[in-house]
Amino acid sequence: MSVLLIAEHNNKELRPFTYNAVSAACKIDEDLHILVLGNKSEGVAKSASEIPNVKKVIHVDNEIYENFIAENYTAAIMKHADTYSHLVCSANTFGKNLMPRIAALLDTSQVSDVIKVISADTFLRPIYAGNAFATVKSNDKKKCVTIRPTSFEPAPATGGSAEIVKSEPGEAFKNSKFVKREEIKSDRPELGTARIVISGGRGMQNSDNFKLISAIADKLNAAIGASRAAVDAGYITNDHQVGQTGKVVVPDLYIAVGISGAIQHLAGMKESKIIVAINKDGEAPIFSIADYGLEADLFEALPQFLEELNKLNTIQK
Amino acid sequence: MKILVAVKRVIDYNVQVRVKEDGTGVVTDNVKMSTNPPDDNAVEEAVKIKESGKAKEIVAITIGEEKAQETVRKALAVGADRGIHVKVDRAVEPLAVSKILQKIVDKEKPDLVFMGKQAIDDDCNQTGQMLAALLGWPQATFASKINVKESSLEVTREVDEGLETIEVNIPAIVTCDLRLNEPRYASLPNIMKAKKKPLEQINASDLGVDTKARIEQIKVEEPPKRKAGIKVANVSELVQKLKNEAKVI
Repeated sequence: MSVLLIAEHNNKELRPFTYNAVSAACKIDEDLHILVLGNKSEGVAKSASEIPNVKKVIHVDNEIYENFIAENYTAAIMKHADTYSHLVCSANTFGKNLMPRIAALLDTSQVSDVIKVISADTFLRPIYAGNAFATVKSNDKKKCVTIRPTSFEPAPATGGSAEIVKSEPGEAFKNSKFVKREEIKSDRPELGTARIVISGGRGMQNSDNFKLISAIADKLNAAIGASRAAVDAGYITNDHQVGQTGKVVVPDLYIAVGISGAIQHLAGMKESKIIVAINKDGEAPIFSIADYGLEADLFEALPQFLEELNKLNTIQK
Repeated sequence: MKILVAVKRVIDYNVQVRVKEDGTGVVTDNVKMSTNPPDDNAVEEAVKIKESGKAKEIVAITIGEEKAQETVRKALAVGADRGIHVKVDRAVEPLAVSKILQKIVDKEKPDLVFMGKQAIDDDCNQTGQMLAALLGWPQATFASKINVKESSLEVTREVDEGLETIEVNIPAIVTCDLRLNEPRYASLPNIMKAKKKPLEQINASDLGVDTKARIEQIKVEEPPKRKAGIKVANVSELVQKLKNEAKVI
């Protein structure tokens, strides 16, 4: 048995969730190899080789991998798939887009969004927006698995020295072309990995009012999240969405402001260690999962919250 | 241009799902079922493209038990021209679904296949990508905007970092995000008319696709419950609790 992990990166560095995926992959089998497909991505391959427990890094460098097009990735991955019992990547938009394409060509039924590795063929995964957990056993010879990164601790970044083996690119796919990427730059921590997340919902009423949220986020060094309702209403961009079809977050502290707590939103945050809900509707379902609930008008509570934070001598960062 | 739209019947998104006591699955008896929400977006987008004159025919397809037909009827009521119901009497995994869809694509020869990005029951997020792989077609997943060009689509995709735009040549697969559009409601006259639109039934077994489960469901259980929290009286108590009790700030 051996595991091939597909690295997610930006051609300069590994994306943080790759380290979480390494932890999950190690639980499947110790013979772990990482495949880096990129353009001018030597630094990425080097970082991958420094992760302890990684036995080998396969590095394929070609301009066709510049923008991580799944069709191009798949052709390259298929060249190596034969040797491995498991193919693994993160269950974020990168891995969700990529892995099924590989699984279909390998004629294997993919196991998506694994939150616990029980054995090399048995996994725990949430279904129905996390309202049920299913224990599933894959009976396919080769297994394609995506893992929910926030359910695994990130692997250490340094200490290892795996060999880096260069490999040839696969065939380029002619019918898909990258056009552009609109990344939202922010100095705040990434939503997926932040220690504290403060999210706003429909109760925020407009995009301008999100200033109340960002002031507190600045103070707490928190990431900003949002419910689907807030994103749909145009208050904030889609990369902030937490929930069943957005991001899944597991921060130490999650503050839900003006969010009623639809099933779809809870799916993305209910594993958070401490949950705070601020909502003027005392019956809102969010209160049933909150550790601390404050029934209050958010337009009064948020400025007070900032004021109280300002009074503290120290705030954990 | 011809568009094939795949729709799935799932437990309604507003239903609080309950796990069966024997651990074999979730309760579906007497539970409200409806079309998987992003599949509604897929139908809506196809209808809009047809209304703009860029598509001639929309075929809606579902795979499932007898009642799965309801989802096709709903698609017909909002503008699909005809329907296909592939009958199977048990749950099929995305791999088998994509193999069935591949057979239908071979027969129907659509230029585009649309579907939701993920079904809200098994939350797999696989079928579109798998179908694209089997057909050797490009895939535009998690689409929040589609611009139909002469022989290609420009698709804006929702990704973790923000938005990404790709161009895919037709034929192509698109999996739709909830933000792609606002699905319309079917009017009563259109619901009546939809009953007269053609709906072909095919048995999955006649398509020569192996639909046996590859993944064994060992058990389904309730997730661990959070213990009930407390209500605080005011903001200052909240901050004190976070600081001194939870020790998170």
